[in-house]
Amino acid sequence: MSGKIDKTAPPHAGSTAYINARIVDPTGNTEYLGAVLISDGKIADFGPNLFASGAPYGIQSVDCRGHYLAPGLVDTRVHTGEPGEEHKETLESAGTAAAVGGITSMVLLPDTEPPFDDASLIEFVARRARQVKLANMYAYGALTVGLEGKELAEIGLLAEAGAVAFTDADHAVANAQVMRRALYYAKTFDALIVHLPQEPALSGGTMTSGAMATRLGLSGSPPLAEVMMVERDIRLAEMTGGRMHLTKISTAESVEVIAAAKARGLKITCDTAAPYFALNDLAVGDYRTFGKLVPPLRAEKDRLAIVEGLKDGTIDAIVSDHRPQDQDSKRVPFAQAEPGGIGLETLLPISLELVHAGHLTLPRLFQLLSSKPASLFGLPAGRLAKGAPADLVLFEADYAWKIDRDDLWSKTKNSPFDERPVQGRVLATIVGGRTIYRDDSFTTAAAFA
Amino acid sequence: MTNNRAGVPRLPHLLGIEGLSPETISGLLDLSETYIDQNRSVDKRRDRLAGRTIMNLFFENSTRTRTSFEVAAKRLGADVINMDVATSSVRKGETLLDTAMTLNAMRPDAIVVRHHESGAVNLLSQKVNCAVINAGDGQHEHPTQALLDALTIRRRRGSLEGLLVAICGDIMHSRVARSNIHLLQIMGARVRVVGPPTLMPTDVEKMGVEVHYSMKTGLKDVDIVMMLRLQTERMQGSFVPSISEYFHFFGLDRAKLQYAKPDALIMHPGPMNRGVEIDSEVADDLDRSVIHEQVEMGVTVRMACLDALIGGQRNQFGAVA
Repeated sequence: MSGKIDKTAPPHAGSTAYINARIVDPTGNTEYLGAVLISDGKIADFGPNLFASGAPYGIQSVDCRGHYLAPGLVDTRVHTGEPGEEHKETLESAGTAAAVGGITSMVLLPDTEPPFDDASLIEFVARRARQVKLANMYAYGALTVGLEGKELAEIGLLAEAGAVAFTDADHAVANAQVMRRALYYAKTFDALIVHLPQEPALSGGTMTSGAMATRLGLSGSPPLAEVMMVERDIRLAEMTGGRMHLTKISTAESVEVIAAAKARGLKITCDTAAPYFALNDLAVGDYRTFGKLVPPLRAEKDRLAIVEGLKDGTIDAIVSDHRPQDQDSKRVPFAQAEPGGIGLETLLPISLELVHAGHLTLPRLFQLLSSKPASLFGLPAGRLAKGAPADLVLFEADYAWKIDRDDLWSKTKNSPFDERPVQGRVLATIVGGRTIYRDDSFTTAAAFA
Repeated sequence: MTNNRAGVPRLPHLLGIEGLSPETISGLLDLSETYIDQNRSVDKRRDRLAGRTIMNLFFENSTRTRTSFEVAAKRLGADVINMDVATSSVRKGETLLDTAMTLNAMRPDAIVVRHHESGAVNLLSQKVNCAVINAGDGQHEHPTQALLDALTIRRRRGSLEGLLVAICGDIMHSRVARSNIHLLQIMGARVRVVGPPTLMPTDVEKMGVEVHYSMKTGLKDVDIVMMLRLQTERMQGSFVPSISEYFHFFGLDRAKLQYAKPDALIMHPGPMNRGVEIDSEVADDLDRSVIHEQVEMGVTVRMACLDALIGGQRNQFGAVA
């Protein structure tokens, strides 16, 4: 996408009216033509009748030309390389990609070098975010020291420093006793524990088990490895009463088990990442290492079950699971390649496929992309409400384009969606009233009068 | 010397059997047949590939396959370079693709590659502009082995069509099994795989084969018994309790061979582990075992593959006519 990033925009002051917009209100579960008034970086007013006869004289106004205006995306699963692997992604390059993708808040995973198992690193992220001046950046604290799954990290001190949730990133906590204690202990601070459910002894393969892995001669990681751990985690959450959020659900069986747990009244929640409802294991045919992810891309029946889980509300949120990898990590034989794909810039167009295919309405999609993750993680985002931060995304839902990795702004180009035709592009990204990104097609004087 | 090359379409590379047409396979086998007499005569050398440079790039130890390719190339007059990867820059941290591009810059006509990772040969072939022959990649494919097996069977049975073939043992770790499953089915044979469930790859039946967990049902009425080596070097953890238990249930001996057709042929891609997957008595049975014939056919098949890929004259566009 070609557009302009503006980090130098001063804090928003005065009032700006966004008129003639199709407003997507996830918490109200509605969509209508109307306007939003921003004052001093906060939403001052909004609604279908606001400025129906034009913006009042003297207020800066932006004609949205009937495009969609929604709360900005809240992405709770972003890997960067800062600190430790800045050649893959810095907080600044990730913030830029997020801005281009319409993401206004993101939660950074703790698997950096060193990992976020010390309060000073949570403070480091907050300080760097203030310098970068792009999307709002929050950090996870490590659940265990060194993400090793053995000893609890300083959950209380990390929470005090600002960690919004606790996880060992892409490492599963194999030891049930450690997870049980973590859930008990985290209750003291009402902390959310985010876990990638994969039984490590079974999930060592390089792609999902099945006919494709057999044909390619690659070692398999069975869907069973996920649902076994989901079941264990549900039992532990039930026993301890801790707040457990399962991440990157990828199999039909997991969706079924989580739906049953929710039906029993357990407060367990979960998310999936965009690749798991958009791709299946055919994407790694011909040994495409960009399709090597954790957990691995699954069979078509699993993909369909994930779509169903998003439709019926079993799955609470969608994440990008942005994980940059450089050429050296991907241009090697499949088994040796590092897993992960970038996803900040493609999260919205890929998710819009669910709307174009008739699975979700736009307000429902923005619940998954914005309001639900914000409320799960306790972030001041994801809502249209008077006094809420003016974090918004203006987008065109139908615009057709083809993802080309060379056009992406991320520092690395490992997109599993490379060359995919998609619909929908971000026209402007607004954080705290500041327009931090504007697409070239939306920068005429008329639009920002 | 006139060869029967008419039926062999030009291939840019030989990376696997999957996707080849029956005509291509038959053409390669026909071409292979033309070299058998040459290999059995006193004067074994021709100049069909004179001036061509062929590099053997083996990232995995191999004596048999590498020697077979070397003999094949030399009998057609090519210059052969064996890259000893164990002492090369790969050990100094150079990546596979850097190695490939370095060798490519020396302008070989063909690179013969064996690698321990599935897909590594495909990856390498994308980065060079000479022909690449897969001499075995991980657990994926070993196309020349399947072709030499097919040639051996065809010479004994006339055709592959309608034959019932049992591939027995460590299917999971075997690229030979995968290439043979593809080739035999393309050519109209029926394939069974026989072995313990721990050595069966997931969903292998979706490749169109019958799966058997006992030698008794698996070998019933088969025309061909292909034994595979137990690849302990690729195993992490325990797949079978012990060698003696494995041999008891899945090793081919005289008693288990009784289940197959009386004239069933015994094949093995080598190297054999006597007393693990095969009993010496049947391995050395001159009436039934064609194991040494497989090795002989290996040279002719590799001559045919090299000829098909890089033989003939180059036209002004660089393509071989």
